[in-house]
Amino acid sequence: MASRTGPEGTAVNKPDASPAPYAKPVAILVGVNLRYGKIQALAGIDFEIPAGCMAGLIGPDGVGKSSLLSLLAGARAIQEGHVEVLGGDMASRHHRDTVCPRIAYMPQGLGKNLYPNLPVEENLQFFGRLFGHDAVERRRRIDSLTTSTGLNTFLSRPVGKLSGGMKQKLGLCCALIHDPDLLILDEPTTGVDPLSRRQFWDLIEHIRTEREGMSVIVATAYMEEADRFDWLVAMDAGRVLAMGTPAELKTSTNTALLEDAFIALLPEQKRLGHQAVMLTPLVESANAEIAIEAQELTMRFGDFVAVDHVNLLIRRGEIFGFIGSNGSGKSTTMKMLTGLLPASEGRATLFGREVDSRDIETRRRVGYMSQGFSLYGELTVRQNLVLHARLFQVPEVQILARVNEMLVRFGLGDMPDSLPESLSLGMRQRLSLAVAMVHKPELLILDEPTSGVDPLARDMFWQLLIELARQDRVTIFISTHFMNEANRCDRISLMHVGRVLVTDSPSALVRKRGTQTLEQAFISYLEEASANTSQACAVPAADVFMSVKLAGSFGVKPLRRGFSVARALSYMLLETLELRRDPFRAALALLGAAMLLFVVSYGISFDVNQLSYAVLDRDQTGLSQNYALNLSGSRYFLERPPIADYVDLDQRMRSGKLSLAIEIPSGFARDIQRGTPAQIGAWVDGAMPVRAETVGVYVQAIHQTWLVDIAKNRLGITLEAPSTIETRYRYNPNVQSLSAMVPAMIPMLLMLIPAMLTALSVVREKELGSIINLYVTPVTRSEFLLGKQFPYILLAMVNFLILMALAVTVFGVPVKGSFTTLTLAALIFVVGSTGIGLLASSFTKSQIAAVFLTLMGTIIPSVQFAGLVDPVSSLQGLGAVIGRIYPVAHFLDINRGVFNKALDLSGLDSSFWALLAAVPVILGLAILSLNKQES
Amino acid sequence: MIQVSNVVRLGVKELWSLLRDPIMMVLVVFTFTVSIYAAATAMPESLHNAAIAIIDEDQSLLSARIVASFYPPHFKTPVLASLAEVDAGMDSGRYAFGLSIPPDFQRDVLAGRKPAVQLNVDATLISQAFVGSGYIQQIVGAEVGEFVQRYRRSASVPVDLVLRMRFNQNLERTWFGSVMDLINNVTFLSIILTGAALIREREHGTLEHLLVMPVTPLEIMLAKVWSMGLVVILAAMLSLLFVIQGVLRVPVHGSALLFMLATALYLFATTSMGIFLATLARSMPQFGMLLVLVLLPLKLLSGAITPNESMPLFVQNVMLATPTTHFVSAAQAILYRGAGIDVVWPQFLAIIAIGGFLFIAALVRFHKTVSQVVN
Repeated sequence: MASRTGPEGTAVNKPDASPAPYAKPVAILVGVNLRYGKIQALAGIDFEIPAGCMAGLIGPDGVGKSSLLSLLAGARAIQEGHVEVLGGDMASRHHRDTVCPRIAYMPQGLGKNLYPNLPVEENLQFFGRLFGHDAVERRRRIDSLTTSTGLNTFLSRPVGKLSGGMKQKLGLCCALIHDPDLLILDEPTTGVDPLSRRQFWDLIEHIRTEREGMSVIVATAYMEEADRFDWLVAMDAGRVLAMGTPAELKTSTNTALLEDAFIALLPEQKRLGHQAVMLTPLVESANAEIAIEAQELTMRFGDFVAVDHVNLLIRRGEIFGFIGSNGSGKSTTMKMLTGLLPASEGRATLFGREVDSRDIETRRRVGYMSQGFSLYGELTVRQNLVLHARLFQVPEVQILARVNEMLVRFGLGDMPDSLPESLSLGMRQRLSLAVAMVHKPELLILDEPTSGVDPLARDMFWQLLIELARQDRVTIFISTHFMNEANRCDRISLMHVGRVLVTDSPSALVRKRGTQTLEQAFISYLEEASANTSQACAVPAADVFMSVKLAGSFGVKPLRRGFSVARALSYMLLETLELRRDPFRAALALLGAAMLLFVVSYGISFDVNQLSYAVLDRDQTGLSQNYALNLSGSRYFLERPPIADYVDLDQRMRSGKLSLAIEIPSGFARDIQRGTPAQIGAWVDGAMPVRAETVGVYVQAIHQTWLVDIAKNRLGITLEAPSTIETRYRYNPNVQSLSAMVPAMIPMLLMLIPAMLTALSVVREKELGSIINLYVTPVTRSEFLLGKQFPYILLAMVNFLILMALAVTVFGVPVKGSFTTLTLAALIFVVGSTGIGLLASSFTKSQIAAVFLTLMGTIIPSVQFAGLVDPVSSLQGLGAVIGRIYPVAHFLDINRGVFNKALDLSGLDSSFWALLAAVPVILGLAILSLNKQES
Repeated sequence: MIQVSNVVRLGVKELWSLLRDPIMMVLVVFTFTVSIYAAATAMPESLHNAAIAIIDEDQSLLSARIVASFYPPHFKTPVLASLAEVDAGMDSGRYAFGLSIPPDFQRDVLAGRKPAVQLNVDATLISQAFVGSGYIQQIVGAEVGEFVQRYRRSASVPVDLVLRMRFNQNLERTWFGSVMDLINNVTFLSIILTGAALIREREHGTLEHLLVMPVTPLEIMLAKVWSMGLVVILAAMLSLLFVIQGVLRVPVHGSALLFMLATALYLFATTSMGIFLATLARSMPQFGMLLVLVLLPLKLLSGAITPNESMPLFVQNVMLATPTTHFVSAAQAILYRGAGIDVVWPQFLAIIAIGGFLFIAALVRFHKTVSQVVN
């Protein structure tokens, strides 16, 4: 295998060299290939991971480490090749179902698979339920895990408010709650501060001693961490470079550090640009200009003090490092310096000018790069650079040259037309820096720019920074978790819970603490500070782990196959909690439905009345005035000033001020007296056909009555129709819009609102990443969806009852038929309407698309094709087809039947059957459009 | 102070984002073609295929003529049924009308005894009930009258009412429906696009990035307004030309240019509304709920479904505060009645005023939420 051969010709494929206690490896990969569109993520991967040890995947960004891990965890579908984990084929659904309770997978990103709105306790409870532990068992496990990780004091804090390190510890707890045999960790310590990182690995170490035989597979960018692993695979560009113990890798490359060994393993052209980072010291000058000055800078969010009286003084051209634990206020301080956040107290100046968010001038001199690189994913590399250059008002003539310069300088010249999403993390980070620098700022504020970036790329990045600082005299203010980077700064500040503990040069700090390395110095500072504040991060005690071990031996019940109510229930509880955490949304749903019922039922009216009309009376006789009077007596018509002439008539009809114009010709009265046929002209505004039709019917009826009246009173003739017609308006004798509209509005509202509430439940998990729990836990698609749907069904039924109460009391529309029938129908219907929301959610990939699809898929058919205005039976074309299958139409029939026609189940069976048939179709489609694995 | 160049550049960036989101592009195209077509062609003429059942207890020549006088497209071919069947059929919604011709009807008519036919109308079908019963009365009356004419002459007053429908002689509802649907889609799309674009920028952190650059919130907002407005107005124009006038063959009486001007003004108001809603919502789910609450009344009560003047005064007044009502009324005047600017200027002014108010409100909220964005 060529791919296993490193550049030095070192094939170190000796699984027997690993300390595997079992003969059988925990995972076997044969000929695994994976592509994302055009990009080959994994190419011909073959290796075996020894069981019972700590195996590491190392390599630059975007080489396929995460893809490989997701294949091992069963989160991603296998495209080509054979993947065997824990003795079975991961391509087999049966094996995945059986084995997934034995695997725990922690995806990349801080707390990616956790629910940020929910407290720590609820996250743990959720995972416990998912794996079928009962309440007592869950309590015991949660207590032991949280005690050992020091999370026990934060049980009620929402995960989103935890620091990065704590999130990762919680992620680990959630992963360990079901005693896995295989733990898969994807860059678990990226973006985590050194102290938390050390605690994290201690924790893993303890668990491994307690749970013998557990295999751990970790991907990491930290070489010093990888150095502690039992066995390593070095990867590049989707291929394996080398494998073996860290010692073997180092020996084979003749290097002392794993980091150097890795670089040596890389193919020639990748190493080409690399050289050790050389730091030229800052030239001290007495009258150094001050770039940043902060005095007693403080930021409070409510009671919480994020930044506590920070003082900083940074000279021009200095590289100033900011290190500290997660959540210690580094980012907040940086944001205050950029003017993004107004400080609660204290003052800050940049180049001697007070920081002011309105000061556009200063913004031009500053480049800022935030933690999550904020590039426009929709713009290409070049477009991103050009846009920023223009926004920073680089003179138009210089833009082309400047952009090209940046492309070359940051090694992006090969890919000016790629989209940022197709680039690896390291490339994206270079682009972010290029974007922050395109306007040649005098000050760069960089917030953890190298998190998750591989060593090679980080070194290149630092070379650039040093060049900028020393050659161009750019001041650089950078925060980082990497100690070797902190070492390269001229001075560093150590931050902890909002305070700066100490500021000095790295070497001075090491001297002061009397430690060997900066990391040790850092940790000793932090431990000292923590001891003074709280015991948040207690190092686990061995006896705590005894209980975990015990739990492992007794706690696991055999997992039920097929539909498990318990697992559906765990998703139901989760969704209920999410809903309760966002009361604004539930309130909008309940109050909004009531409000809409009011506004729309009162507002929409088919009683055509208040029609404005005017008369062009050319006769001006008593008889002609009598005709006009006859119209004005009608309650439907509203008389306007008479029409002067045709021009007036035309103008007023065009503006829509008149719906009807009557013209009485001259000689009208005379003609009638003589018995000569006369004509009255009526012009109806046909712009709104329904209204025009009604106007026509009204005018004709009024005309007829007038004729009978005139014949009798003036001419003495009795006009008699040979027959009469007795019209009975059934069900709604007064032909009131309200008693027809209220029953018609209820189905529409119970479609729109529950569907929209449900519409984001799944797609949000997709966007935020927690969908991964569906991929790697025993939960099935139907359990997942039905569990999520349930709380919304309940909410929709509450909605239904509120609407019913309003209909009966406020609107005075009585329920003539069986209330039980209506409730039963409503229940079936809301299962369908929430199902439509789920369908939109399963089908789409982004929240915007889900919102748009739900709106278009509910409002339009409910209003236009479901019989609200026109009966479904009279519709044509595509609309008629939609009307016949759309559940709103059937529920509308049932509502009208029960409200207006005093019917019960027996009279409405066909509508019930139609509703009942629609529900499984909708839910079935929703389940089918959801994937159990990432494809 | 506004840097026009910044507004232009940021707007171009918005256009790129839309262009690179294929699903959204497909949805936009679908909305302005298939959706309008389906909605416009589904709408029946005011009385179309009305289901009628007849109980003929007379079984005479006259009753047979009455039965034969109901035929498509206004009515479905009548179903002859018994009283019980008609009752059940009306209960289940199968029949909208039940006409009952009593025994000896023909004999009584000829004898001048003025017999009565009975018409049962399902009054829950508001839109059909009234017009339909009017039609039925006319049809039965004309049939009986004609029948009687053959046997004896009767007196009459010779005054004819000549009814002319202006602007849409045949009262084709496709004309009405297609344009109203276009307006509705303009409203939906502009509000969703701008609002969601803002929330997306907030969620992806690019908004924060913009705020450290030498650009002001006003410029960011203006950029979104013009770019999303441009997309929607282009889609609307193409749809008017090719779908409504082209495929659906709806004649447009007035100036399409004036309509586009009205649309442009209207889009200024709706895109501002989109931004305003996005600043109220903290997340996409909340934004979704707000959309339902705002878009449904806009669709149903703006005068695009039922006429404004029939609504209760309170609702009329509330709806006057929305730009949609004025736009619908201006669009109807321009497109159906060929009205010029001399007629529709009050609506134009109203749209500008409401748009200006919404824009300022959105800007104030946007300034306020900027600090929340950063957290």
